[in-house]
Amino acid sequence: MTISIDPQKTNNESLQPKGWLRYFSFSLDHKVIGIQYLVCGFLFYLIGGTLASAIRIELASPMSDFMPRDVYNQVLTLHGTIMIFLWIVPVVNGAFGNYLIPFYVGARDMAFPRLNAVAFWLIPPSGLMLVASYFVEGAAQAGWTAYPPLSITTPQSGQIIWILSVLLLGGSSIFGGINFIATIIKLRRPGLKLMQLPMYCWAMLGTSLLVVLSTPVLAGTLILLSFDIIANTGFFNPVLGGNVVVYQHLFWFYSHPAVYIMVLPAFGLVSEILPVHARKPLFGYTTMVFSIMGIVVLGLVVWAHHMFTSGTPPWMRLFFTIATAFIAVPTGIKFFNWVATLWGGKISINSAMLFSCGFIINFVFGGITGVALAQVPFDIHVHDTYFVVAHFHYIVYGGTVFIIFSSIYHWFPKVTGKMLNEKLGILHFINTFIGFNLCFAPQHWLGLNGMPRRVAEYDPQFQFVNQISSLGALLMAISTIPFLINVFLSLRNGKDAGDNPWNALTPEWLTSSPPPVENWEGEAPLVEEPYGYGKEITEQI
Amino acid sequence: MLNKNIYLILIISLVFAISFWIGFNVNLLPAEASINAPIYDELFKILFIIGLIIFIGMTIAVIYSLFKFRKRDDQIGDGIALEGNLSLEIVWTIIPSIIVLLIGLYSYNIYDRMGGMKELNHNHELMSSNTEKIWAGISQTSDNEIAINNLSIEVSAMQFAFLFNYPKGNFISGELHVPVDQKVSMKMESKDVIHAFWVPEFRIKQDIIPGQPTILNFTPTKVGKYPIICAELCGPYHGGMRASIIVEEESDYNEWFNKNKKPEVNL
Repeated sequence: MTISIDPQKTNNESLQPKGWLRYFSFSLDHKVIGIQYLVCGFLFYLIGGTLASAIRIELASPMSDFMPRDVYNQVLTLHGTIMIFLWIVPVVNGAFGNYLIPFYVGARDMAFPRLNAVAFWLIPPSGLMLVASYFVEGAAQAGWTAYPPLSITTPQSGQIIWILSVLLLGGSSIFGGINFIATIIKLRRPGLKLMQLPMYCWAMLGTSLLVVLSTPVLAGTLILLSFDIIANTGFFNPVLGGNVVVYQHLFWFYSHPAVYIMVLPAFGLVSEILPVHARKPLFGYTTMVFSIMGIVVLGLVVWAHHMFTSGTPPWMRLFFTIATAFIAVPTGIKFFNWVATLWGGKISINSAMLFSCGFIINFVFGGITGVALAQVPFDIHVHDTYFVVAHFHYIVYGGTVFIIFSSIYHWFPKVTGKMLNEKLGILHFINTFIGFNLCFAPQHWLGLNGMPRRVAEYDPQFQFVNQISSLGALLMAISTIPFLINVFLSLRNGKDAGDNPWNALTPEWLTSSPPPVENWEGEAPLVEEPYGYGKEITEQI
Repeated sequence: MLNKNIYLILIISLVFAISFWIGFNVNLLPAEASINAPIYDELFKILFIIGLIIFIGMTIAVIYSLFKFRKRDDQIGDGIALEGNLSLEIVWTIIPSIIVLLIGLYSYNIYDRMGGMKELNHNHELMSSNTEKIWAGISQTSDNEIAINNLSIEVSAMQFAFLFNYPKGNFISGELHVPVDQKVSMKMESKDVIHAFWVPEFRIKQDIIPGQPTILNFTPTKVGKYPIICAELCGPYHGGMRASIIVEEESDYNEWFNKNKKPEVNL
């Protein structure tokens, strides 16, 4: 197959607005769509973060005194839904996937550019709809898990809008997943073998398989739930003979793989960032590929570990314990390989590197509590407590969000042609790292000692530790300021980056910064060794 | 080379020593007040120590690499072109697999000792018929299993309260009274949404589900008053959905029971 430029598409491109207006148009350029995903996701991150601050203000005192109790439940529901479906999933998949995958496979664009644009443009309306539901009759208030019968008995309009919004976002995610699989499998430039692809491609291939296999299950489940709400059917409504535990099985069949949809791309991104700044090849490429695929397979058969205290028979609890604990093995391999990648390198200590190392430390911590939570007898005490809240924030914030920031510091020069300020970047890292750990580490103790999650009030003996946690949240909120200043200042008068400021070998750096619409002037380069640091090829650059 | 190995062994033993010291001296858990609790705490201690060893070890490895292998100002060029090491990778696949497998077997043993693997559907006297579906909870046996005649309790949960029905005494209480050191068997059902029955000092939790009774058995070991906490989001007042469990000496319990007991109404 040869790479040719679709003339019709180029015509369309020439009709597209130029400059920053491109980002507000129905652009078919994968790079524009990637940035649209990123900026849109970040705006929702700010909304979700504001909601998180509201939660921490409420929890700074034992009484429910900051907002009404039902509003508190709406806030925690919106916080979870926005952070998962509008920030992390679209950014680690949509933003970086769209920007990088065509470069990595040596293509001019994604396989289905129009589907790609549709996938993005589903996100802003569904996100706005979700936020706006607050002003109708109150937003959904059954948590992001929307367990019936609670989700059936709370005010209906909020719950229905929530379902519609998640359905649209799920659709966007499936469109994206199909597009990534097609691009990685079919659009590779001639001569580029699968085992020569940068690791992020493998991560996105695995993630997209999970998206395509499990998201439709969530969609089906939510459609049935909406029937229960508006048409009085009895799929999950116990009053009409429905079964509430079945909903939980169906929900977690998607929502556990969703965890891997949020972390596997981060694993891919960190595998791109570490070798560049450590000046060393990625350690153990082949085992990394197999461990990604191992996580994909195991990730599909562990969902019931979210249900150890629901009604599940003993044999099922045992099976899901063993399966879940075994995910630690392929995940552990990846972490050992990253540390081995650092070992013996010539490491530049910069913001991208620091956020990646922060990710390793936080994620190892969250992974260890994860193995503990997989054990049924351990989980029974701490299930649905702040211990679990702490655990999954270590995974999705300490893990994935740290990698999102690391990636922004790493690829900002490519996207804009300007460098970010390192001093502000390091300030951002220190602030985030301390704030994050101060916020979430104490929550493990809260959970072990009797504070359940999703409560607006708690026993007075937990006040001091909750206030430490709230202080950490304040630091995290403040840490956004140096980051935003950095981005705006660097966009205006940042240092010129040149085409390849990190001397990286992956294909996106082998073109100008920012890249031309067709990605490369002339033919796409064949990069057979994306991690060939320390070898002769480095000297050619 | 020998020198290097000695340092490595020193650091590893130090990590182990620190982890064991913290594991045995830092208590993160509330009081132990049921047969379950010391078993749970034993598992917690083991997982805590293993976790600390891995976490401290990995953190030291990352921070050490950042210092030791940082790029000095006068340095140019790349690090070593090391792409992998098969034997090392096999080692760090097999060792974690063995650790995970051992933890799994150990936690199976713990779960069995807690009574989690017992068939629940057989001896429960509150079962209305053999066909009624009872979903698992934890069933626990003490060494001196006493006749549980008075101690079968029906729990109903609703927004936002627990009610405890003592069928033998024909009365309903808002507080759960149980005698110390005797097995208590509860059949739980929800009237509206999903709730959960959690006593942190007992290390037990079981969801209370509408339309599907669940069973929870436990044996308290320490006299005192402990909170019963709803752990499943159940509505606006979820955070306030609390009750108390009062564990008392058998004589005190009998006194309380007889005071509340109502005569059977024969129609």
